[in-house]
Amino acid sequence: MDLLEHQGKQLFERHGMPVLPGRSVRTVDDAVTVAEEVGYPCVIKAQVKIGGRGKAGGIKLAKNADEARGHATAIIGMDIRGLTVHELLIQRATDIQDEYYAAIVFDRAAKKPLVMLSIRGGMDIEAVADEEPEAIATLHVDPLIGFRPFHGRRLAFEAGVAADVVRPVAALLGQMYEVFAGEEAMLVEVNPIVITPDRTVIALDAKVTLDDNALFRHPDNAELTDPGQIDPQEAMATERGLTYVKLDGDIGIFGNGAGLVMSTLDVVAQAGGAPANFLDAGGGAKAESITAAVEVILSDTKVRAVLFNVFGGITRCDEVARGLIEAVRTLEPAVPFVVRLDGTNDVEARELLQAANLPGVHAESTMDGAAARVVELARALA
Amino acid sequence: MSIIVGNQTRLCVSGITGREGSYHALNNRSYGTQVVAGVTPGKGGLDVEGIPVFDTFRDAVAATDANTAMIFVPAKFAADSILEAEDAGIATIIAITEGIPAHDELLVYNALQRNPGVRLIGPNCPGVLSPGEANVGIIPAQFFKQGNVGVVSRSGTLTYQIGNELAQRGFGNSTIVGIGGDPVPGSSFVDVIALFEADPQTELIVMSGEIGGSAEEEAAAYIAEHVSKPVVGYIAGVSAPPGRTMGHAGAIVSGSSGGAPAKIAALEAVGVRVGRTPTQVAAIAMEVLGG
Repeated sequence: MDLLEHQGKQLFERHGMPVLPGRSVRTVDDAVTVAEEVGYPCVIKAQVKIGGRGKAGGIKLAKNADEARGHATAIIGMDIRGLTVHELLIQRATDIQDEYYAAIVFDRAAKKPLVMLSIRGGMDIEAVADEEPEAIATLHVDPLIGFRPFHGRRLAFEAGVAADVVRPVAALLGQMYEVFAGEEAMLVEVNPIVITPDRTVIALDAKVTLDDNALFRHPDNAELTDPGQIDPQEAMATERGLTYVKLDGDIGIFGNGAGLVMSTLDVVAQAGGAPANFLDAGGGAKAESITAAVEVILSDTKVRAVLFNVFGGITRCDEVARGLIEAVRTLEPAVPFVVRLDGTNDVEARELLQAANLPGVHAESTMDGAAARVVELARALA
Repeated sequence: MSIIVGNQTRLCVSGITGREGSYHALNNRSYGTQVVAGVTPGKGGLDVEGIPVFDTFRDAVAATDANTAMIFVPAKFAADSILEAEDAGIATIIAITEGIPAHDELLVYNALQRNPGVRLIGPNCPGVLSPGEANVGIIPAQFFKQGNVGVVSRSGTLTYQIGNELAQRGFGNSTIVGIGGDPVPGSSFVDVIALFEADPQTELIVMSGEIGGSAEEEAAAYIAEHVSKPVVGYIAGVSAPPGRTMGHAGAIVSGSSGGAPAKIAALEAVGVRVGRTPTQVAAIAMEVLGG
């Protein structure tokens, strides 16, 4: 789960990291109220989970209430690279002397947390990594030992941090590791860390990704949702316990097992089609859950045809067929279905489908054949 | 011969008194796997259709000489159960449980690194099947027969799909290994491919990868240096959008890393033929082995 900047800063504050005073708001009036509280000049920042907010006009400085109102009005509802702004962070402005970069990533290849520090902050760090990799000091942490104060000092000296702020920057890295380990994050990034003219160290931005699988241990974090950006189909699928990802095509997909569903999307794309979703019904899918899944798929009005691609292991194909028959009879879908069922009890499943003789439900025996058929049917309706 | 599980396997199932745990333990036993024990704290002394249940892994190992563990407990208890199995001297730990927190996996992985005698497969995997010898996990064994193709995969159902297409063309398997779809698998493609390279029964290796991480790229580098047997590859998720987790916790393209095209290119650059569909994988396997 990716957090908004203001949510990430809540976690930072929980672990004692230095952030500027501020609050998030959803209306222009609240924006002005908070601006009056934090004082001028203040910064008004669009809260969307995407980079390049500043360039898109989503971050503005306000010197008085009129400017705060003007900027807030302009930014709320603004579209930044496809995301609509529903929330603002109003924060006191600060003078900036130096800008550093720090991040802790979950390094899957090394199977250790990777801590990075650079004095070339405030800019696109991937460009720095490409052009001048030695400008980024890096360190892998043994999770059994954790991040020790000497690690922080080592990184700070290796990165060339100004001598007078080595201690606070090293301390900040230690606190970032507490956020990473304590909140079970997959990513904690601060770009920039600001050094003010009076040599105070501040985390000016916050980019945090949490591990969804660990949220049961962090009930407060589980509440940090972003209601403005939840897709209606995805919300519906989550409620029903289905793994669903909305895509932008017109062919609905139902499958079992993440790998097979990904493969199904690929085979449909190769056949010239565009999948409307990823949907993994999981192992042992039963009849009721199939109706629920079909409802989710069909609630996306772009869907012109649906492909069922199931390989039965634990899942029994006859159960899937029964569920599909029930779903089609209950929901009376206006779009055609292509069904390919292989594996456990596939013969019974095909017999059930044949006996049901549902209009608009086409059986195919191979994955490639089913993909070609569903693409053809979707095109005919385009 | 086979790898990881076989006739020598003496299995202890953690979570054996749960619904899923007991179902699959008995299923594995009816396949012919020696299921010698189960562990459920507080239920020591009971049995599950003749399989004795112990309170701890230490008791189970002392009484039955179990050498392999299957972890079937819920995600929040799974890391503890894996560490308990290792502490009791179990050498092969196969973790089926899905949804284990990534930091738990990180801790377990680094803790097990200190013990060169232990191997973890999974978590979030379908298990390991050596047809004709032993099945540990949830792989539907009826589709597979003994043969010379070794399969290693991050996905369960996709493995069955590819395995079934191979079976339809007359191929059998030495061992089928699900390494799981999580960000920190206990064993990687490299670990399993090294075992297949050394296994005399295996003549062809099929590896089925997917988006996310760099395990396939690491496998490509390893294959170039150390593998003499032919390898056929498959990568799922070519059409997946960046930044979205596609079902498996580990299946996510992050920024410029983890995408399918780079994985395919890395494998093809070292001579691995990569099928674009599961059906193509089987067709290539047939060409290579001259079936």
